[in-house]
Amino acid sequence: MTDATADALRDLPARPAPTVRVRGYWGSVWNRLRYDYVTLFCLALILVIIGLAIFAPWVAPMDPYKSSMAHRLKPIGYRNYLLGTDEQGRDMLSRLLYGGRVSLTMGILPVGLATIIGGLFGVVAGYFGGAVNMVIMRTMDIFFAFPSVLLAVAISGSLGGGITNQLLTLTVVLIPPLCRVAETATSQVRNMDFVDAARSTGASTASILFTHVLINVMSPVLVYASTLVSVSIILASGLSFLGLGVSPPTADWGLMLSTLRQSIYVQPLVSAIPGIAILITSIAFNLVSDGLRQAMDVRA
Amino acid sequence: MNDMTAPDFTLATPQTEPFVRVEDLRVKFVSRDATVRAVNGISFDLERGKVLCVIGESGSGKSVMMRSLLRLHPKNRTVIEGTMRVGDHDIAGVSDRAMIDLRGSLISMVFQEPMTALDPLYTVGDQIAETVRRHEGVSKEAAWARALELLDLVRVPSPERRLKAYPHELSGGLRQRVVIAMALSCRPSLLLADEPTTALDASVQIQILVLLRKIQREMGMSMIFVTHDLGVAAQIADQVAVMYAGRIIEYGEARDVLLSPQHPYTQAMLASTAKDQDRDVPLEAIAGNPPDLRALPDGCSFAPRCKYAGPDCTLTMPPPITDAWGHMARCFKVGIGPAGKLRFDAKIAEPV
Repeated sequence: MTDATADALRDLPARPAPTVRVRGYWGSVWNRLRYDYVTLFCLALILVIIGLAIFAPWVAPMDPYKSSMAHRLKPIGYRNYLLGTDEQGRDMLSRLLYGGRVSLTMGILPVGLATIIGGLFGVVAGYFGGAVNMVIMRTMDIFFAFPSVLLAVAISGSLGGGITNQLLTLTVVLIPPLCRVAETATSQVRNMDFVDAARSTGASTASILFTHVLINVMSPVLVYASTLVSVSIILASGLSFLGLGVSPPTADWGLMLSTLRQSIYVQPLVSAIPGIAILITSIAFNLVSDGLRQAMDVRA
Repeated sequence: MNDMTAPDFTLATPQTEPFVRVEDLRVKFVSRDATVRAVNGISFDLERGKVLCVIGESGSGKSVMMRSLLRLHPKNRTVIEGTMRVGDHDIAGVSDRAMIDLRGSLISMVFQEPMTALDPLYTVGDQIAETVRRHEGVSKEAAWARALELLDLVRVPSPERRLKAYPHELSGGLRQRVVIAMALSCRPSLLLADEPTTALDASVQIQILVLLRKIQREMGMSMIFVTHDLGVAAQIADQVAVMYAGRIIEYGEARDVLLSPQHPYTQAMLASTAKDQDRDVPLEAIAGNPPDLRALPDGCSFAPRCKYAGPDCTLTMPPPITDAWGHMARCFKVGIGPAGKLRFDAKIAEPV
């Protein structure tokens, strides 16, 4: 613009400052989420479950490891045992609360780690393409070639049991699918005109990656990741069931399910309780991810 | 901003060096399967405050040339040769870092498809303000105020409300105005418009065209406007360049090229437009297809479709012939006529 035009612009009567409330992307997502009661309910449920797990030592009525031969496999509501007792006479409610600590950790932590690592690899592979894409995606394909349970068993088997190794195993198993989703979303976004438009107005690669690519890729990746939480809990349970995860005295939903399996004809309801806990948690995560997907779509 | 006076821009002072100078620009895309020669030696000058219209059918290298001026092509697969100078800057030579600073402030671009040229996840205001802040480092509030000004400049009605709108909430015409506002946000000296009206309704097309022309005059920008619509070119152009198979085959003042075209391709193209001929007269079409850019023929690229082509037209590429008015054509059968003007004559024999 020439100086004359600039002067003309400057001489214009001062316009009142725009009374626009800059809400931003996340503000608008929250605004849409506010009226989605199902999602809000599930979100609250998840928070309650997490809260109960964190505060298990204060909430639990009894010691989850104290067994009693006299009170084995008591039904729901038996005396002080609100949810009955397991095959060693331990209080089911207390074990469920303590078990949530391990199971939720197994559900959330590996997914979080895998989202960051897999998402990063996926965005890099999708944005830069070419040889970078080939190296990253073919490596992921190698992991993809094995069924996830088999892969988890193989990694867990070679690393040995224990919580840390189980976390590591689940993270490795969850990285390839998240990487794939991020890569697909990125390569779609990369070819959009707005990326070129941003470049043509002087945006650097880093700022394009952060302001345009990442946020457009985030919603499919986050939604997919939240569905993986339940997968991860179940996978962790499976590993524990096979003896590759946490070892027996520890309270863990998967492990409880596996040990109570033999008692299913004696106390079917009590045996099902850990399964119900997994079910409710999974459904809550899935519904929240569904609500999140809708809320993150600005066109809704 | 309606009362903006016509500024006395620097046009009045004669310039020795034109504002934009492109010399022998060649762009090819290299892949394992083939090498696509999209641009094969383009040269043109553009003065400050003038509009160059680039006309050509799909695949003639118009957009490739535009993107080269911003260096938007993927580096590893593109070979760009030749010189491109805009102002004091050597576009082909500057570092990537410096190029990032030039994009937007020196050269900016308006894209064809307003649907995809805006990020669907940000409000219009966010996107314009982001561009402003990137270059001018002002506060968020100042950037939003500037965004409001820009929407006003491109005549978006009730701009305060539109700032908060997402792209999908706007019509195609409004969206294109926003795209233009973004391109103008950092006061570029050269605006590249890549078919900015093609994706719009006919009634909106003319509005956008008039707007672009008006803003270009007000801001004293130079503009390169790509189109395949001759009517659009006639509306807006100072100079016209006709491209075919990656070369400029005719160039000159808009009135010269559009009213007395000399190259057979330009003539045929103008003959194929709908004017006020009778309804039952079929439009003249140019037979054949544009050449395959992976395997360009020797000689004149238009020769296979040219009804005047002699046997030797396919041997070498005709050199450019320019008359005193700067009207240029690349055809063996174009010579300088008696009035000193370029003149096509089918009887001129092509050299062996």
